[in-house]
Amino acid sequence: MGVEAPRIARKVKAGQFLVLRVAEGGERIPLTFSDWSAEEGWIRFIFMRVGKTTHELSHLEVGDSIADVAGPLGQPTHVGDLGRVAVVGGGVGAAVAYSVARAMAEAGDEVTVILGARTADLLVLEEELRALPIKELVVMTDDGSVGRGGLVTAPLKELCESGAIDNAFAVGPAIMMKFCAATTAEFDVPTIVSLNPIMVDGTGMCGACRVTVGGETKFGCVDGPDFDGHAVNFEELLTRQRIYTDDERVADAEYSRGCQCQV
Amino acid sequence: MPGVAENQPAEKPRHKPSRAPRTPMPEREAAERATDFDEVAIGYSQDDAIAEAMRCLQCRNPTCIDGCPVNIDIKSFIGHIIEGNWADGVAVLKERNALPAVCGRVCPQEEQCEAACVLAKKGEPVAIGRLERYLGDFDLACDIESRCVPELAPSSGFRVAVVGSGPAGLAAAGELARLGHAVTIFESLHAPGGVLSYGIPEFRLPKSIVNAEIEMLETAGVEIVLDSVIGQIETVEELMAPSEKGGSGYDAVFLGLGAGLPVFMGIPGENLNGVYSANEFLTRVNLMRAFDFPHADTPVWRGRKVAVVGGGNVAMDAARTAKRLGAEEVFLVYRRTEDEMPARREEVHHAREEGIEFKMLCSPSEITGREGWVTGLVATRMELGEADDSGRRSPVCVLGSEFPIECDTVIMAVGTRANPMLDRAAPDIETTRRGYILTDEEGATSVPGVFAGGDIVTGAATVILAMGAGKRSARAIDAWLREGKPGA
Ligand SMILES: Cc1cc2nc3c(=O)[nH]c(=O)nc-3n(C[C@H](O)[C@H](O)[C@H](O)COP(=O)(O)OP(=O)(O)OC[C@H]3O[C@@H](n4cnc5c(N)ncnc54)[C@H](O)[C@@H]3O)c2cc1C
Ligand code: FES
Repeated sequence: MGVEAPRIARKVKAGQFLVLRVAEGGERIPLTFSDWSAEEGWIRFIFMRVGKTTHELSHLEVGDSIADVAGPLGQPTHVGDLGRVAVVGGGVGAAVAYSVARAMAEAGDEVTVILGARTADLLVLEEELRALPIKELVVMTDDGSVGRGGLVTAPLKELCESGAIDNAFAVGPAIMMKFCAATTAEFDVPTIVSLNPIMVDGTGMCGACRVTVGGETKFGCVDGPDFDGHAVNFEELLTRQRIYTDDERVADAEYSRGCQCQV
Repeated sequence: MPGVAENQPAEKPRHKPSRAPRTPMPEREAAERATDFDEVAIGYSQDDAIAEAMRCLQCRNPTCIDGCPVNIDIKSFIGHIIEGNWADGVAVLKERNALPAVCGRVCPQEEQCEAACVLAKKGEPVAIGRLERYLGDFDLACDIESRCVPELAPSSGFRVAVVGSGPAGLAAAGELARLGHAVTIFESLHAPGGVLSYGIPEFRLPKSIVNAEIEMLETAGVEIVLDSVIGQIETVEELMAPSEKGGSGYDAVFLGLGAGLPVFMGIPGENLNGVYSANEFLTRVNLMRAFDFPHADTPVWRGRKVAVVGGGNVAMDAARTAKRLGAEEVFLVYRRTEDEMPARREEVHHAREEGIEFKMLCSPSEITGREGWVTGLVATRMELGEADDSGRRSPVCVLGSEFPIECDTVIMAVGTRANPMLDRAAPDIETTRRGYILTDEEGATSVPGVFAGGDIVTGAATVILAMGAGKRSARAIDAWLREGKPGA
């Protein structure tokens, strides 16, 4: 989805995110930028319809406005001296993977992108990625409906084994990042992960986003979202992401009563 | 008028103070109010206000004024209440305090003006705070045209950016606008007000009051830009850079960022599900309206047994909020005793009435859990030792005194710090060891044209101190601008 937001568009760097609220009474949800144009004053992000807020977003039409968009938030991804780097993007993490891969390539890094999705329909940004000056794009789907069948960790492991990468960057579902980090750890390939903890303000004011990295508590929104994948406590992140699972079901049920679509 | 001999008091009939006891605040019953978020204290009626004002001795040398951090002319505004001149009373308040309806509700009067009241010696000071609230509410109840609005000075042509819309920022903006400057407030959240909006709950400070005060500012020409995190979308340097260089061209900047970063204790189990910072818990409920879930979209985990760690206003607010969300048991865990609690007396009293249990002289050493969720606390007993710098006796652990407390939610209200975002907003500004901004008495920072005030300078303090600092800085900014920006 694209939004006109010239002040934000002027400032975004790859790896940063925004917080938006669709309407009055809405939740503040963090989403990552996939693309933007400082000159034309727009930003773009990708989301999957999973709950009420993303459903509402998907019902907006061209010309509608969004109550609040705050950003860019978080620290930009470090690029430029990574040498040969694998960028792994799973699911909607593809959005970040795309902008990060582009920034890395522009900064002179040699980028291999591994793009993963459950199935062909959920694969996004493949064309855009192919248009980037990167070394290679490997497409993976769980069910093999397009590209290679299997998980993103398979090609990542091959790259590590053949000594073809100096660094790795992974973004996607926490469980995917966990396995990517575990894969590269075996080969001592430094790996940055872009975490997606639950957030409220996104400005360091509440601590909802806390994650444990190397035994220390960090705030995902201001200290991150990028962290050393080998030091992140993924079990904790996975547990914390489930705090509101029951509430989300309630909200979705409440919402679908008033909405024609299936949640 | 300054320099002129005082009016002859003989012109007016002499004030005969009433000897009635302090007029109680009309309040809703604890059982009723603990289930909803409506305001607890209903406010004085006109008769209550007059009866209470009549108790004032109208001292020749009033001591209460020195007890007020912003030196409101208390004797004078109470005098106006006695005479029924409400609007004049409001004008006296507004000379010093931009937000009387707010401060009348949340100031710790028992440590300030009311402690300095002559009648306090007999234990029954004039209820100055309640009278202030009465006038503040009177003003807000008027149509916007007939409210007490300060006259605006002619436009100076200067533009000032105020960062943060808490009490410090609002007071600075109001004063700067009055002095003739064009003011823009930048606020990172989607609603203005700072702690007044996201922290202090509706039952203590209705958001309609905060919104009405903010509306007044906008009427005075202050522009408020929400969703703008300074440090991320723009730095202070960029705010002040001329537009030819891609900056926003503000002539001066006021930083009222607050001390918003919640502190945790660093004990095991703090990241378990069910552990909240008070900021997160209160933000979800107040700002995001989680009490109205699922009509509002933001959820909050509603515990059955809730432990709140701390003893300040924040802890009281969190505990009373948890109760209102339906918790069966809510208790405060505080390492000193009730006497040392920094919370306003009234809040402590209300919390007790609402059935909040106080577990004093203990401190958590661990939060225990199962499958990622909180199941309880391990607390250590404390004893009071020697008095520390603040004059309070500091707590000391009693060795081997650990005991378990069962709970499913833990809310940490153990303080806040400066948000390190400041470093991204203004990397060159000098700060203290603890990350707060260093300023002179007027609020000037080490960077010319950049002023600061409120919690970001003092550390977590009070609404009135933040407001006072905002107003003081506004005057200093005015002088700095008009004197031709020394150093620029
Ligand atoms: C729950 C709670 C209860 C309290 N109860 C009382 C009470 O009863 N009585 C009392 O006197 N005091 C009370 N206090 C303390 C009082 O609220 C604070 O001292 C006061 O609000 C400080 O005002 P401030 O303007 O400095 O900061 P804040 O009110 O914290 O406002 C700062 C504002 O700046 C914004 N901001 C921060 N960084 C940026 C940025 N980089 N860019 C843009 N905007 C930014 C924040 O979002 C916020 O809106 C309480 C505090 C809390 C948390
Ligand atoms: S989301 Fe609130 S502090 Fe990070």
